[in-house]
Amino acid sequence: MEQASTILRGGRPRSVLPGFGLSLGFTVTYLGLIVLFPLLMVFVKTSGMGWKGFWAAILTDRVLAACKLTFGLSLLAGLLNGVFGLLIAWVLCRYRFPGRRLLDASVDLPFAMPTAVAGIALTTLYAPNGWLGQFLVPLGVNVVFAPPGILLALVFIGLPFVVRTLQPVLEDLEVAQEEAAASLGATRWQTFRRVVLPQLVPALITGTTLAFARAVGEYGSVVFIAGNMPGKTEIVPLLIITKLEQYDYAGATALAALMLVISFALLLVINFLQRKTLVRRVA
Amino acid sequence: MSAQSRATADPRWVRVLLIGATLAFLGLFLFVPLVSVFVEAFRKGVVVYAKAITEENARSAIFLTLSVAALAVPLNAVFGVAAAWAIAKFSFKGKSLLLALIDLPFAVSPVVSGLVYVLLYGARGLFGDWLLEHDLQIIFAVPGMVLATVFVTFPFVARELIPLMQAQGNDQEYAALSLGASGWQTFRRVTLPNIKWALFYGIILCNARAMGEFGAVSVVSGHIRGQTNTLPLHVEVLYNEYNMAAAFACASILSVLGLVTLLLKTLIEWRAGLRRRTH
Repeated sequence: MEQASTILRGGRPRSVLPGFGLSLGFTVTYLGLIVLFPLLMVFVKTSGMGWKGFWAAILTDRVLAACKLTFGLSLLAGLLNGVFGLLIAWVLCRYRFPGRRLLDASVDLPFAMPTAVAGIALTTLYAPNGWLGQFLVPLGVNVVFAPPGILLALVFIGLPFVVRTLQPVLEDLEVAQEEAAASLGATRWQTFRRVVLPQLVPALITGTTLAFARAVGEYGSVVFIAGNMPGKTEIVPLLIITKLEQYDYAGATALAALMLVISFALLLVINFLQRKTLVRRVA
Repeated sequence: MSAQSRATADPRWVRVLLIGATLAFLGLFLFVPLVSVFVEAFRKGVVVYAKAITEENARSAIFLTLSVAALAVPLNAVFGVAAAWAIAKFSFKGKSLLLALIDLPFAVSPVVSGLVYVLLYGARGLFGDWLLEHDLQIIFAVPGMVLATVFVTFPFVARELIPLMQAQGNDQEYAALSLGASGWQTFRRVTLPNIKWALFYGIILCNARAMGEFGAVSVVSGHIRGQTNTLPLHVEVLYNEYNMAAAFACASILSVLGLVTLLLKTLIEWRAGLRRRTH
């Protein structure tokens, strides 16, 4: 609050609205206590380990295998969500058919559904005796307790990101440009590829990155279907919990610090992309 | 159909193909899992279902889930309003940094969200000794679960309100103040009615996440049956005991919560013309 009034005295036009000090003071205090101070603890604890201790905790076969699995599958899930998200956003924005509004609303289901519910539902569906597993397993496709199962869960929870990022951009698109392309003799596919798609690319990348970022940290929906075999189907968030349960606080904290640094980097990328998307849409 | 719109419309076979693919994908990925929850829940009959959701541990899990949400959601709602008031109504240095920091919890893995509180309040945490001396328990107890839930649902209300209040500007508040209203009156009579739908929207999303959160709460809960198991954790326990009918019965309650959330959210979007946002 002291700081707030200093800023106000610093020659800025003072708003006549009351409550600046109170609301900003509360916001900053609450943010500090709930989010910043606890997050800072991860880095304080990690720095107490020193670089050597940090790398000793990270550079083990088990951790590296978990990182490879988590980031590899999250990337794949993000890309799959990019493809299917583009398809769904396009269909929902451009076509009119019965049930469209219901379909549109249902895209948010993965946000609304608790992750544990999604986890057990997917696991039961794709188990060898499940509704879908009974057809897949005889074909040699093992989903449950294997990487494809993890991928499935990650695609599920990341689905809304791309659709919801693309929809407003698609809705704001100028049809006149497509008409111009068509009148100049472009086929529909050429128009899509050369005129529509380039305008969607920033939003598509933003949505894919959001889905990827979410997938990297996901726990609830993955842990049931993954099988959690160390080195094979163990994801990083689960490994953090395992280390905590074994009282390996240093190991858990080092991994958490690594995850946080990656999350923050992704957040910066997303912010940058979103600003770019916004500029393009305004321009 | 005019010639112009035909030029920018996709051929019929393309439309049929793409709509078909969308229906197949969403059907397989969203509807089949959702339906399967209810089918599995009632597989052993209504009696088993009713027993599963009314037995003692389930009841205490439901009660705990409601309690945690009842504490976490109002806290974040008050924070959201305060943050939006400061950010939307005033200009100050470091605003974009503050905005970025408010969104931070969405970027953090739920597991890490729980871990940070273990590092602070756990037995070996920063305040561990102090808490032990004063006979206070946060981790493996309800306060820790509330804290973890507050963390993961932190930005929901704020990020609905901030863009809306920024778009609305200050003119109406200025008018109210110049007509002699007090600051509190201005907020209650002018600002609040203007933001009520967005506030409600944010609260609904916040609540759904608060009641459904699994990872963060799992880290700090300690999984004590009948004491520190929320409904999602209770589902996990039942599932790991191969008690499928009961696990899915409890999961069906959470699914209904998700569906009600989706319904309310959609209704508000239609009514207030709010634009969907990604979280």
